[in-house]
Amino acid sequence: MSEALLTIQGLSAGTEDNPILHNINLAVAQGETHVLMGPNGAGKSTLGHVIMGDPTYKVSSGTVTFDGVDVTDLSPDKRSLAGMFLSYQAPVEVPGVPLYSFLRTICQMRPELKTTARKFRQRVANICDQLSMDDSFLTRELNVGFSGGEKKKIEMLQLLLLQPKLAILDETDSGLDVDALSVVSRGIEAYREECDGALLIITHNTRILERLDVDRTHVMVRGNLVGEGDASLIDEIDANGFGRFEEALAAKGGAA
Amino acid sequence: MLHKVSETQERKRSEVADVDRSLYDFVMPEEGYERYDDGLTPEIVRSISAKKDEPDWMLEMRLKALDVFHEMRMADNWGPDVSALDMDHISTYVSPKTKQARNWEDVPEDIKTTFERLGIPEAERESLAGVGAQYDSEIVYHNMREEVAEQGVIYSTIEDALHDPKWEPVVHQYFGKLIPMRDHKFAALHYAVWSGGSFVYVPEGVSLSYPLQSYFRLNASGAGQFEHTLIIVEPGADLHFIEGCSAPKYYEANLHAGAVELFVKDRARLRYSTIENWSKNMFNLNTKRATVGADAKMEWVSGSFGSHVSYLYPTTILSGARSTCEFTGITFAGATQDLDTGCKVILNGADTTASVDTKSISKDGGVNTFRSSVVIGRHADRARATVSCSSLMLDDISRSDTIPAMDVRNATASVGHEATIGRISDDTILYLMSRGCSEAEARTMVVNGFANPVSKELPLEYAVEMNNLIKLEMEGAIG
Repeated sequence: MSEALLTIQGLSAGTEDNPILHNINLAVAQGETHVLMGPNGAGKSTLGHVIMGDPTYKVSSGTVTFDGVDVTDLSPDKRSLAGMFLSYQAPVEVPGVPLYSFLRTICQMRPELKTTARKFRQRVANICDQLSMDDSFLTRELNVGFSGGEKKKIEMLQLLLLQPKLAILDETDSGLDVDALSVVSRGIEAYREECDGALLIITHNTRILERLDVDRTHVMVRGNLVGEGDASLIDEIDANGFGRFEEALAAKGGAA
Repeated sequence: MLHKVSETQERKRSEVADVDRSLYDFVMPEEGYERYDDGLTPEIVRSISAKKDEPDWMLEMRLKALDVFHEMRMADNWGPDVSALDMDHISTYVSPKTKQARNWEDVPEDIKTTFERLGIPEAERESLAGVGAQYDSEIVYHNMREEVAEQGVIYSTIEDALHDPKWEPVVHQYFGKLIPMRDHKFAALHYAVWSGGSFVYVPEGVSLSYPLQSYFRLNASGAGQFEHTLIIVEPGADLHFIEGCSAPKYYEANLHAGAVELFVKDRARLRYSTIENWSKNMFNLNTKRATVGADAKMEWVSGSFGSHVSYLYPTTILSGARSTCEFTGITFAGATQDLDTGCKVILNGADTTASVDTKSISKDGGVNTFRSSVVIGRHADRARATVSCSSLMLDDISRSDTIPAMDVRNATASVGHEATIGRISDDTILYLMSRGCSEAEARTMVVNGFANPVSKELPLEYAVEMNNLIKLEMEGAIG
């Protein structure tokens, strides 16, 4: 077995006075698709943000290793340049920054993606086609005035442009209508095919997972990883909810 | 003031190019220059006038203005402190040893190098209808495209216009009429010692497809620059005029007290764009005013980045019915800067409209004060004015104040004002960092985005220039 792309060992983290994550252990190998499920408020998004290096959260113990490098103390930009990507649940609006030039900027800062203006334009146009995105989006300001679904498409566009080694999708499916959901699914498929990238999909509903080959499923309850299994675990949760995991955690003495 | 921009089409406005710090801050030797003694005396005023071989009325005006200057007291009860400005230590006239040229080859090497480094000749070749370049007190280069001259457009120095029997009466008719010498102490100073600047006349119905640009460079230390810009846009004509300014940094105070008088006749349109980047020892006490005829339009685009102290409130008088004024401005105050800027609009005609949209950015203890004054006259039926000011504070030690004034004397008029003051949110920085931008890049991107409504009003090269100035100002912003 080769070494995992992402390895999280004994990770506990939280805000200044509120511990959220407790002793998390998780490994994702290249090309694998992992799903992180759990009820609302379980700490799933926090884990995604901590993996990306969000300074809102302090790591009190444990490590995050990516591609053989301990990144626990690296800032988010360094993690991004190393090949990590976090798709936001609520992408931030940045007024006055045109989407296209933003995309150009974040690609040009990566030696492996640097290209001519003409080739870049072609790449963007192809991805827009893939995602059924109107290219009038490109001249608008980054995320400003876009609907929730449109913002998620813009996240997918960035994912496919940046071709990270690992993509963490934080509730990318939440609040989407059927059409937008299928676009996001197509984006995820394209990412897997073109980049052979690893995926950590954070979600609390299972619809987006129907068309994906899931390698591992993790269940988080109150900041603890309390269950792990293959794709069949998704169906079980779909049928029975998180009840048995909550009970199991309570039996163990609850959140530490 | 223009950078060499490779991939011009490609470089978008939120991108920031590398900036060479030496771009503005370089000094050329003053050897052999004609430099008048510091201070202000009738003899100095007479010498300036004699050197220019002016008509008598101009000399009389200068001497009268000098009296007014001495008679008026320094305003000391409002605005930034100007006590460090000592007129006894400012030379009001410094002339490079050269005649005005129409060809860059005829401009002395060091001066030519200066303007080349600022990108002026290149911009002239690519995107301008004409260029005037002032170095210290005198215009050293002035030229306009042949086809523009053929349309009857005049673009020269005021001095040259005064020597032309056809234009001397026109200058006499307009000069000093919009900004009276008693307007304030430094207006009086301006009229006493003015030198250089531009005279622009656009005949009725003529539209210029490219802008004219005047660039003002103050190289001499401890000196003043007092250029006068007089623009007459006849009925139905259309002009975009660009003004750029910069100076190297000295420890002695420099003074800029220019005057800009703009006459926009019926159905005409004038866009007046400024990118000002004076060095941070400059007292920028500049006065700009426009009068606008019926169905005419005045557009200001103003970027203020430099100077130690600025007092700058371009004023628009909407005299004609249905005339409009749009003011778009940005002011960036960093360490040691106290910038008091804003604008005034006086709506006198019926159905006139004014919209003022300004942005200010302060950091490292910089002080920004935005003053707006909207006056709606008794006869301005249905006049409408909106003023919007947003401020971005980059730290806790900077300051930003908004002081709007509205004087409405017509019951059918409507006015609106909104002001916002904000900071860059951590969420925004984190989002941009998660896509690979360093913290400094992320901040610069947000600030450039904030300034974008202004920069998108500028021609592309100037927008890039403005982004570069922001980048320059943002460097070292992260502790």
